Amino acid sequence: MEWVFFGLFGVLALVGSVGVVVSRNAVHSALFLLVNFAATALLFLVLGAQFLALAQVLVYAGAIVVLFIFVVMLVGNETVDDFVARERPWLRWAAVGFFLVFIAVAGYSLVMSGWEAAKGLADYGAVERVGAVLYREYLLPFELASVILLAAMIGAIILAARTRPPLGRPEE
Amino acid sequence: MVPTMYYLLLAAVIFAVGALGVLVRRNALIIFMCIEMMMNAANLTFVALARHFGTLDGQIVVFLVMAIAAAEVAIGLGIVVGLARHRDTLNVDRINLLRW
Repeated sequence: MEWVFFGLFGVLALVGSVGVVVSRNAVHSALFLLVNFAATALLFLVLGAQFLALAQVLVYAGAIVVLFIFVVMLVGNETVDDFVARERPWLRWAAVGFFLVFIAVAGYSLVMSGWEAAKGLADYGAVERVGAVLYREYLLPFELASVILLAAMIGAIILAARTRPPLGRPEE
Repeated sequence: MVPTMYYLLLAAVIFAVGALGVLVRRNALIIFMCIEMMMNAANLTFVALARHFGTLDGQIVVFLVMAIAAAEVAIGLGIVVGLARHRDTLNVDRINLLRW
């Protein structure tokens, strides 16, 4: 049963990630990103991490993808003369070569190391248990994350709200 | 039960596709999306290994990574909007103000 779900959602996640890279329209990329995030949330569910699956849907699919689509709409969906500059065509093949080497090395080392047996406790990723660990043993990192979020919020407001003459152009 | 290895392989492939996107695409927004995707793949390895070892520590790390990712997206998209306003392009090859 787990095999069926793993195959289904794994293929979905892969299709989403490839779609982000190959589609020329930035809106399509954002939607493929949504597919990838949703499939990952379902994989989390298959892995027994219910809380994280929920957080994934809320944070990634809900907030981040919406922000991306907002920005694509805001800056105009320009189709940048994409896929590496024409004067350096070898760069694309170098990137593909890097990709293949990465896959080969990762696959070889994973197969050789043999992560076979999984212990897997029953419903160990439920909200209750994650919350208990988070607030007892990981309280300080949790608080630090909230401080970082506050700093990011203030920084984003300052970045976006201040109006000033464009960089590199003389002031009128 | 699916062996942990397959989850790790899937995550490695998604990560590699994201890295390929960062290398090949020139649109700053798409590069940013690919970075998010790579982070997501790393999260998948964390959750798979958390199940493998039967502990919750990996899941806590993923939760913190999600918080950092949200912060990163807020700042990064602010920078992208500022960039589009000032330079009228999102092509990272054209954004070379610091080059001499």
